[in-house]
Amino acid sequence: MPQSAEKILDHAPLFREPEYRKMLAEKKLNFECPHPDEIVSDQRDFTQTWEYREKNLARKALVVNPAKACQPLGAVFAAAGFERTMSFVHGSQGCVAYYRSHLSRHFKEPAAAVSSSMTEDAAVFGGLKNMVDGLANTYQLYDPKMIAVSTTCMAEVIGDDLHSFIQNAKDEGSVPRDFDVPFAHTPAFVGSHVDGYDNMVKGILEHFWKGQERTQVEGAINIIPGFDGFCVGNNRELKRLLDVMGVSYTFIQDASDQFDTPSDGEYRMYDGGTKINEVKKALNAEATLSLQHHNTRKTLGYCEEVGQATASFHYPLGVQATDEFLMEVAAISGKEIPEAIRLERGRLVDAMADSQSWLHGKKYAIYGDPDFVHAMARFVMETGGEPTHCLATNGTSAWEADLKKLLASSPFGKAAQVWAGKDLWALRSLLFTEPVDLLIGNSYGKYLERDTGTPLIRLMFPIFDRHHHHRFALFGYQGALRVLTTILDKIFDKLDRETSETGVTDYSYDLTR
Amino acid sequence: MSREYENDGALHAKLIEEVLSHYPDKAAKRRKKHLNVAKSGNEAGGESEVLSECDVKSNIKSIPGVMTIRGCAYAGSKGVVWGPVKDMVHISHGPVGCGQYSWSQRRNYYVGTTGVDTFGTMQFTSDFQEKDIVFGGDKKLEQIIDEIEVLFPLNNGITVQSECPIGLIGDDTEAVSRKKTKEYDKTIVPVRCEGFRGVSQSLGHHIANDAIRDWVFDKKDVKFEAGPYDVNVIGDYNIGGDAWASRILLEEIGLRVVGNWSGDATLAEIERAPKAKLNLIHCYRSMNYICRHMEEKYGVAWMEYNFFGPSQIEASLRNIAKHFGPEIEEKTEKVIAKYRPLVDAVIAKYLSRLEGNTVMLYVGGLRPRHVVTAYEDLGMVIVGTGYEFAHSDDYQRTGHYVKNGTLIYDDVTGYELEKFIEGIRPNLVGSGIKEKYPVQKMGIPFRQMHSWDYSGPYHGYDGFAIFARDVDLAINNPVWDLFHAPWKRSRGDERAMAAE
Repeated sequence: MPQSAEKILDHAPLFREPEYRKMLAEKKLNFECPHPDEIVSDQRDFTQTWEYREKNLARKALVVNPAKACQPLGAVFAAAGFERTMSFVHGSQGCVAYYRSHLSRHFKEPAAAVSSSMTEDAAVFGGLKNMVDGLANTYQLYDPKMIAVSTTCMAEVIGDDLHSFIQNAKDEGSVPRDFDVPFAHTPAFVGSHVDGYDNMVKGILEHFWKGQERTQVEGAINIIPGFDGFCVGNNRELKRLLDVMGVSYTFIQDASDQFDTPSDGEYRMYDGGTKINEVKKALNAEATLSLQHHNTRKTLGYCEEVGQATASFHYPLGVQATDEFLMEVAAISGKEIPEAIRLERGRLVDAMADSQSWLHGKKYAIYGDPDFVHAMARFVMETGGEPTHCLATNGTSAWEADLKKLLASSPFGKAAQVWAGKDLWALRSLLFTEPVDLLIGNSYGKYLERDTGTPLIRLMFPIFDRHHHHRFALFGYQGALRVLTTILDKIFDKLDRETSETGVTDYSYDLTR
Repeated sequence: MSREYENDGALHAKLIEEVLSHYPDKAAKRRKKHLNVAKSGNEAGGESEVLSECDVKSNIKSIPGVMTIRGCAYAGSKGVVWGPVKDMVHISHGPVGCGQYSWSQRRNYYVGTTGVDTFGTMQFTSDFQEKDIVFGGDKKLEQIIDEIEVLFPLNNGITVQSECPIGLIGDDTEAVSRKKTKEYDKTIVPVRCEGFRGVSQSLGHHIANDAIRDWVFDKKDVKFEAGPYDVNVIGDYNIGGDAWASRILLEEIGLRVVGNWSGDATLAEIERAPKAKLNLIHCYRSMNYICRHMEEKYGVAWMEYNFFGPSQIEASLRNIAKHFGPEIEEKTEKVIAKYRPLVDAVIAKYLSRLEGNTVMLYVGGLRPRHVVTAYEDLGMVIVGTGYEFAHSDDYQRTGHYVKNGTLIYDDVTGYELEKFIEGIRPNLVGSGIKEKYPVQKMGIPFRQMHSWDYSGPYHGYDGFAIFARDVDLAINNPVWDLFHAPWKRSRGDERAMAAE
């Protein structure tokens, strides 16, 4: 009997015990009707070949292990970045359960959102009644300052019109007439979560800015961070930098407090976020800066329409990306970049110089959202690394072109390949046929790490199986220092593991590196 | 070890009244039917073994905008019933999200070479684009099946798990499945589990069960010699290894588990199920349909059992043994005696640390009743319980478990659950990931009762020890005493000040 009260074994050790091993072996033999071992190992070996890779990359219809989610997830994340805002997703209710779970599993935080709970009858007659009743219930139960409406694919397929439905609901008194109910259509069969983010932020800005007079405030800057699983650490770090510079800025969409509430006995359904008054005033800003270009294309287009200057970045991580961001902010705001920040920069460069011998020539596979991949590739090249595979399932041809331009600008990018629209099963073939030293991505990458032996560094949403990384910044010089340390730890840990066999590799297990 | 206690029914009735007063009238009227206080069996004139009546409306539509915790039919089919069948490829047919959010989240453990002969922790999706909505996805589905056959030739079958748009745009996944079944001589199962069907996960379970009946049973000549002690375990999804910790006991008492549905299952285990002598059903809610069908069509009897906590395990083992006669009964008594010292040692270790602690539960369709006695075995008290997607027969069965005065909540809303927890302040809440963090922020210990909070197994004797350890570590962790900053006046003082 493997179990005892003194030393309680849970699943990880328990099923390694002989009783269970025997039981599972017999189950397989007697009841599972498995393929013969040889056929399985032949097929496994075949999946590692160039021939399999070619078949795998030739796929036209099947998607396996994609690195993207659907639009409404981005909309729900976006809405969480505004003061006391409840996400109301119009359509089937299961979707909302999924978005909430997905966000909670990453942030280890509550994630509130409601559904209009449409069922078969609503599929036939439309979901107007669900909207009317739903808004009334949400307004009364959850005391929001704003309800941000988005859609599941069900509501999109049957063609429910949010604008008129919300108007109808107001006419029926579900919420007061002057209560803010911005909306965005977020079809799951178009784009990905980054587009849902874009649509929702644009919907909120339109709601507050449309028809309003704009009086430009010189030097005032809006900042839109984009969908970011590291918003908690990143937004705070960026605000610190802007405060040090003395810039007048408004974050449009800031979920850093919402997804990092304290434990002190009180559950805060809402915390932080951009104040509604600030959103209104943000119309007058001189410029709007997007930290993630591919997350905000429509929103920035709208900002230009209202007369603002715009600029966009690809996730300001690393030395030059941070330099560019700060110089742009300095140019618009007229504020100088203070000496303190130059020293921070110098400390990062100092760290990179200290460690360069361990990083030079290392090969990487990087996957994730488009701007993140762009940023990581750039930083990797700054350390002398080679971004061999750059993959974004939700990357567009414009992203591919942008990134190729960046890669062409450095000798370290010469051998790089860009994979727009490909999934992680494709990446598996790439890693087997053209191996790399390190894989940068999210928790889903752990299956690639297991299959191909490529060490995984988790720097991208979602991270389910490691805790609290998102609380620390990746942005700015400080963030880059953390990314640098994370990469180095991975390299050193691997080297130690590979040289730790006494009597075999007593050499190379160095105390100082 | 069923413990004698009674809950504060008056407080619970007051809490119900309070939460209802915050709803708009129309919603209050509807929600009222889902909330109740369990009345003792005698008062209600029930049968002697029924402890209480849990009289609430269930399995009806959720109210829009109230933050129901429920999922959808797709979650019930792909997520629960079909997803764990490990040697089949399950296509999430429609847009990318559903498959993405449910990818590897149920912890249905298995052994196999993933991506080669086993496909459990993978996400196969047709990733619908606008053109698929406009022109239909049947052609694409055919192509997907072709590509699966090229890249994953060792799959033993495919299921097509329909997402919302499929039923709305009029795709004929059945026709595609029939055509491709013929072409590849393989089991291909279309499952009409569009998320808008029904009111919760529950209809998805039913649809998934029906798909087994219609697309798996009697489709092949199954060569299998059944023995006298052959059983299927039905409705054990092997979360954290639950089914394995159960199987080891069933084998020890002399039975042969020829199929496990559907945790760690292969298609072969499903195909041969009608040849077994008895179906042992754990999750009644999600798989009773197919048990009833197998009884009707193949004469396979079925029996509910409960492997949470020693009291229920013993009772269930004896009940199962009775079905097979003296030889198995004798072995069963030996097995019970063998594990008795472990049970005693676990209880001796934890009882004093847990006795009298109160628990509120809110889970899916089985555990809100099934785990009750396991907590009671550790000296704990269940003060409230409720289901996401139970039917009235589940609430009847709940009456066998809960005590007079227990707060009962069906399809609870986020608002209600928060207020109930605030009003009762139990020592532990057992529910899901969406509930975990709000509850912990309130300073109340929590365990996820869907995923076992990344622990488990909780079934069987081996599982009970882990369950006891986990409950103890949740409740008795020192972090709960650190919530209050010492330089702030205590909350008690503030309340006293406010009262003055």
